[in-house]
Amino acid sequence: MLRATLIVGFGVASVLAASPCESRDLRDLYFGEALYQANQGHYFEALERLDAELALHNNLDEPQRDSLQFHIGEAEFSVGDFELYYRMHRRAGRAIKAVLEGAVDEAVRNEAAYRLARIHFQKDQAADALQALDRISGKVPVAIRDDVEFLRANVYMALGRPEEAAAVLKRLQGAQSLTGFAAYNLGIAMLQEGHEQDAVAQLDKAGQLSLSGPGPLAIRDKSNMLLGKLMLESTDFTRAQQFFDRVRLDGPFSNQALLSSGWADVSAQNFERAVVPWSMLAKREVTDAAVQEALLALPYAYSKLNVHGRAAVLYSEALKSFGQELTKVDASVKSIAEGRFLKALVREEIQQDKGWAIRLRTLPDAPETYYLMQLMASNDFQTALQNYLDLDELRKKMAGWQTNLDAYEDMIRLRRKNYEPLLPGIDAQFRELDAQIRLRMEQRNHLQQRLHQLLIEPRPDLLATADERIVMEHLRAIEQSLEKTKGADKPQLEERLRHLKGVVTWTLYTTYPQRLTEAHEHLNALNADIAVLNKQYQEFVRARQAAEHSYLGYDDTIKRLRTRAAESLETVNKLMAQQGHLIETVAIEELKSRRARLEVYQTQARYAVADSYDRAAKAQGNDPSPAAAQGTSTGGGQ
Amino acid sequence: MRILKKFWLATLATLAVLGSASTNADASYREQMKGLDEQVQEVKSDVLSIAAELARLEERLLYPSGTHLAVFIALAARDTLRLDAVQIQIDGQAVAHSIYSFKELEALQKGGVQRIYTGNVTTGEHQMEVTITGKLDTGKDYSRTEHFAFSKGVEPKLLGVTLGSSELQLGDW
Repeated sequence: MLRATLIVGFGVASVLAASPCESRDLRDLYFGEALYQANQGHYFEALERLDAELALHNNLDEPQRDSLQFHIGEAEFSVGDFELYYRMHRRAGRAIKAVLEGAVDEAVRNEAAYRLARIHFQKDQAADALQALDRISGKVPVAIRDDVEFLRANVYMALGRPEEAAAVLKRLQGAQSLTGFAAYNLGIAMLQEGHEQDAVAQLDKAGQLSLSGPGPLAIRDKSNMLLGKLMLESTDFTRAQQFFDRVRLDGPFSNQALLSSGWADVSAQNFERAVVPWSMLAKREVTDAAVQEALLALPYAYSKLNVHGRAAVLYSEALKSFGQELTKVDASVKSIAEGRFLKALVREEIQQDKGWAIRLRTLPDAPETYYLMQLMASNDFQTALQNYLDLDELRKKMAGWQTNLDAYEDMIRLRRKNYEPLLPGIDAQFRELDAQIRLRMEQRNHLQQRLHQLLIEPRPDLLATADERIVMEHLRAIEQSLEKTKGADKPQLEERLRHLKGVVTWTLYTTYPQRLTEAHEHLNALNADIAVLNKQYQEFVRARQAAEHSYLGYDDTIKRLRTRAAESLETVNKLMAQQGHLIETVAIEELKSRRARLEVYQTQARYAVADSYDRAAKAQGNDPSPAAAQGTSTGGGQ
Repeated sequence: MRILKKFWLATLATLAVLGSASTNADASYREQMKGLDEQVQEVKSDVLSIAAELARLEERLLYPSGTHLAVFIALAARDTLRLDAVQIQIDGQAVAHSIYSFKELEALQKGGVQRIYTGNVTTGEHQMEVTITGKLDTGKDYSRTEHFAFSKGVEPKLLGVTLGSSELQLGDW
């Protein structure tokens, strides 16, 4: 029986758990933001951010130009990690499988395989975990090398293949990060193999390692506890005693060790020695099952020492204590049935503290937690509690979303109200301006073409000023008039006309290069103005689009989101009720089981009190009163 | 004495019966918890997908790309500055102020980046003023203000400010 239950002791979550993400030389701010959220334990927000970033990245035509490209491997891993931390094992598995099946290098593929194996193992799917581990080949990142092997050993053990587990664990004995855990697990593997002597020697080693930190120290205590129980089973009470004595008095196994130590003494008929650990234990927190057992065991030891008076007093005290504890358990059951336990769970201040389960116990109006600490420490119950808290968080988020959607709809309504009457007038005005702009642009283009042509084929007349054109028109008119004239001064007038035309032509030809340069300068100035005009034009178009986009095209999205959020909220409420009911039922069942245990103790104490008083009275004379017993106890207890 | 011993045996037997009954109940509850866990995972997935769509809607509605500005805060690698608060002003207007809890500071120290401000600015030239207060590793109070100029185009603008005890750096993403 003992050995069958020992095997569950090898799961070492603290070693298998991945550390929170860390990233330096950051190139993508939104990825950094996801890390910021994850580093604070806000995995929903981290996933929300990273999911969006990855979707955006994967939909790009050229993802290699996106800044997330620099962290893409890390980001894909992080999604799986965040999902795991957010207790979404199925999605985490899918995310990691996607990495595993992608075109990634050997080290990344191996790390993905390791993570996938870890998920399978945590979900009690040892065969799948081994399959994932078997995909690891070639280069394994140094940071996870030992963890991979440790996981492999644990998987072998879960599959009932202790020989292979032991072989792996032997190689891991020098691994710094696994000190204590690897040693303990090797002992367990040897026990599974049936090599009891080797197992005891190995566990003895594990129980004497020089370690620090709560995890390693607890596993060392566990090694010693296990050894003590093995020795008790094989009736080697002296050695059992030695191993129980090694367990720290302030560790998580302390109460069990003190209780077992006392039983080891009793089994060796050394009742006097049993009194020492049990006396110490009886003064501890009375809600602990080991302490309650000690309350009965201690007077039992005294009675075996024939100190019946002392035994009678201690049985009386135990009886009183059991009565008080039964009242407390009943109050706890009542409190849970009234829903106070769940209310206490969702309190903000509790969730902000990592040790909230412990703090919960100190809440004056949460008596229901007195007897639930052990239950709360179990993985299944923790998952259920965490799920309940997650659902509560989702419910709060979705309630906030409904308010936000109302506000957005109002905002859209106001924008529509503001823009819709304005836009037709603006559009009409814009169409007019647009027509003018197009005309001017055509003119500019024409000018540019002509100037360009002038560079190839000079035409000074085309660069004449307005005055010069008028002069030339005059001269042409005079010329036409002269053609019709027959007077004597006609030749003289023609000569003068030619002279004047020559002056104009001279001016046009001699100033032509300068005029051409100036014309280009003016064109450049015009181009600058047109650039400003184009910019304003684009800005107007964008502003116009933005005005329309600020209220158009949202209705369907909002409607869809409302429906989806309402459906999800309904599911969340339903699940929360089911989860809450299950938590309460399990908690009440636990309390009932503790109650039944207390009742058994109470019955025994009640009988034992009477029996002890009788014996004390017999020892003193024939007065079976408690006062007489007290007198005996004072002497007997010394 | 023999009677007492018998009582202990009876107690242990009763407790064993209680224990086995509770083990059977545990298995049934464990199954129910597993079933619920699967459903909780499903609903989480749905809600995450709604959250993503809602975030896109919010961004489109509240921060159109033409005016979108986001300011991020990061800590310089290996810097020992213990950051207490950051204040951001844009064009003389205070837009963001953050006081850091231990958890937030730790998240920054591990390489996280905080989006301290998301808002809208017009295209063109702008000024940003960043003021930080904190403590140096010597325990001395530390305060610093830096001014940065930035230009907003038609695309969304992302600005990253890296804080350190010797300087504040503006990065343009």
